Amino acid sequence: MSVQDIPRPDLPRTRWLRRWFHARGWKALVLGVPSLWLALLFLAPFAIVLAISLGQAAPASPPFRFLPQAPFTDLQSYRRLLGDGMVVQAFLTSVANAALTTLICLLVGYPVALGIARARPRRRSLLLVLIILPFWTSFLLRVYAWMGLLGGSSWFNKLLTGLFNLFLPADRALFSLHLMNTNFAVVLVMVYSYLPFMILPLFATLEKLDLTLNEAAMDLGSRPFRVFRDVTLPLSLPGILAGATLVFIPACGELVIPSLVGNSYQPMIGRVISDQFSVARDWPMAAAISVVLLAVLLGLMGLLSLLNRRILRAEGEDA
Amino acid sequence: MKLGNGFLRISVLCGLLFLYLPILSMIVFSFNRSSLGNIWAGFSLKWYARLFANDEVIAALGLSLRIAFLSATLATVLGTLAALALARFGAFRGRAVFSGTVLAPLVLPEVIAGIALLMLFILMARWIGWPTQRGFLTVTLAHATYSMAFVTTVIRARLVAMDISVEEAAMDLGSTPWQVLRDITLPVIAPSLLAGWLLAFTLSLDDVVIANFTTGPGATTLPMVIWSKVKMGITPDINALASLIIVSVALLVLAGTLMMGFARRGSPD
Repeated sequence: MSVQDIPRPDLPRTRWLRRWFHARGWKALVLGVPSLWLALLFLAPFAIVLAISLGQAAPASPPFRFLPQAPFTDLQSYRRLLGDGMVVQAFLTSVANAALTTLICLLVGYPVALGIARARPRRRSLLLVLIILPFWTSFLLRVYAWMGLLGGSSWFNKLLTGLFNLFLPADRALFSLHLMNTNFAVVLVMVYSYLPFMILPLFATLEKLDLTLNEAAMDLGSRPFRVFRDVTLPLSLPGILAGATLVFIPACGELVIPSLVGNSYQPMIGRVISDQFSVARDWPMAAAISVVLLAVLLGLMGLLSLLNRRILRAEGEDA
Repeated sequence: MKLGNGFLRISVLCGLLFLYLPILSMIVFSFNRSSLGNIWAGFSLKWYARLFANDEVIAALGLSLRIAFLSATLATVLGTLAALALARFGAFRGRAVFSGTVLAPLVLPEVIAGIALLMLFILMARWIGWPTQRGFLTVTLAHATYSMAFVTTVIRARLVAMDISVEEAAMDLGSTPWQVLRDITLPVIAPSLLAGWLLAFTLSLDDVVIANFTTGPGATTLPMVIWSKVKMGITPDINALASLIIVSVALLVLAGTLMMGFARRGSPD
């Protein structure tokens, strides 16, 4: 406890200070501390990435330099990026994998979310905890768990191989499926890792739906599937969009999953950035790819939120 | 409708099976006697015994826990301040920029965050001579920055849902902003403070990408140890380690959820 805290008649100067603090200083402090932190450790690093993307790789330490005369900046990394088939291919692979992951997560997650939303309240909270629980446990270790299942000698691979062989003539039967280090494995494990991100927003939307609408549609003679298609599905569009955003965006930049269960000849963009930076030590190139990836992601998010606003507005007009 | 409900029930069951089967399989194989990852050869506890004798793993666990503790605490303080600004200050100047910056890490690929922070640390070392070496401190700063967004989201949701009239009443009766925060707001949002801290703690404990970029020689976190081993393929001692971590985190989270459930049932709001 400092001297100022002991109750006593305020001196004029401290009273003025206190009044200023309560009126203005408090807000400045609450807003200022996180702002300063973010400016130093979030905005400054991005300014640096942007700046380095306009430099040239050089055998120096740190390994880049800027043009010695005006305009000092150089777009050569961006030109190289567009001309480099491997980088463009990696972008396409990332977007395709992320889109496929999002689609499968939606197809798998929707019935799960609907099932939880329609469960009895008590069971509902238990099921929710069970869905969230894997999200809290280690992401890296859950990816690792799949490595054990995908390998040729695992029970899971044997099971799948057996199922697969049912559809093949006996003389063509496979000994084991090649799953590890394939693009299939990358998408499978991404679906596994991101499924809770799809289920939770879907559940949040589906839970709020007014079930009397379904009953009304049923009373008017709609079959269950039509009720789903005409009532539940359109009303859950905001949840679908939120879930798709939460899955697609991180899946695009994923590094851990493709590094562990993917292969090196179909890299995703995160791995290319990491390799350019750490292996090739081409900082401007790594920075330029990062800038393009961020721009693509921001553009996509803008598009999705625009779509969301349009859906909400359309619903408002319906109501 | 009967048929539809049956389908939904089976979907939920299959979804849960999908989420838990790989983990359960890994836990089973952590008791495998064979050193070949996924061929069963009888029950054994030897991988667990070997784990506790592994100094590298124990040291890395210690470092990871220290980083997670400190970064989660920093992230909770910063996230609470940011959430207060977003939920209570109305439409202040620069609000859009502030909220965009606070929440950006939620969607930022970890590779980019890691590389950007490493570039910053390297250039800072060159220009102002700090940080002289990367390790505990730089990883902690990086994790705090990244987790802050998640903590802010959790706490802001609680602040927005909270009844603001009590705060206003206290203000009208002459309480200072600090008194209102200490005596009213913080006690009410305490469960979400804890939830936010736990989230930041597990995010830090789990992170391999950002730590890999922002650390230096001599400071290897547990996920980095696991990462370097896992890249070589599956091994039974990592099975044992992974099982221990997953089970202990799961128990912690379950305990936390139950506690919060009780707290919510006990309090009127």
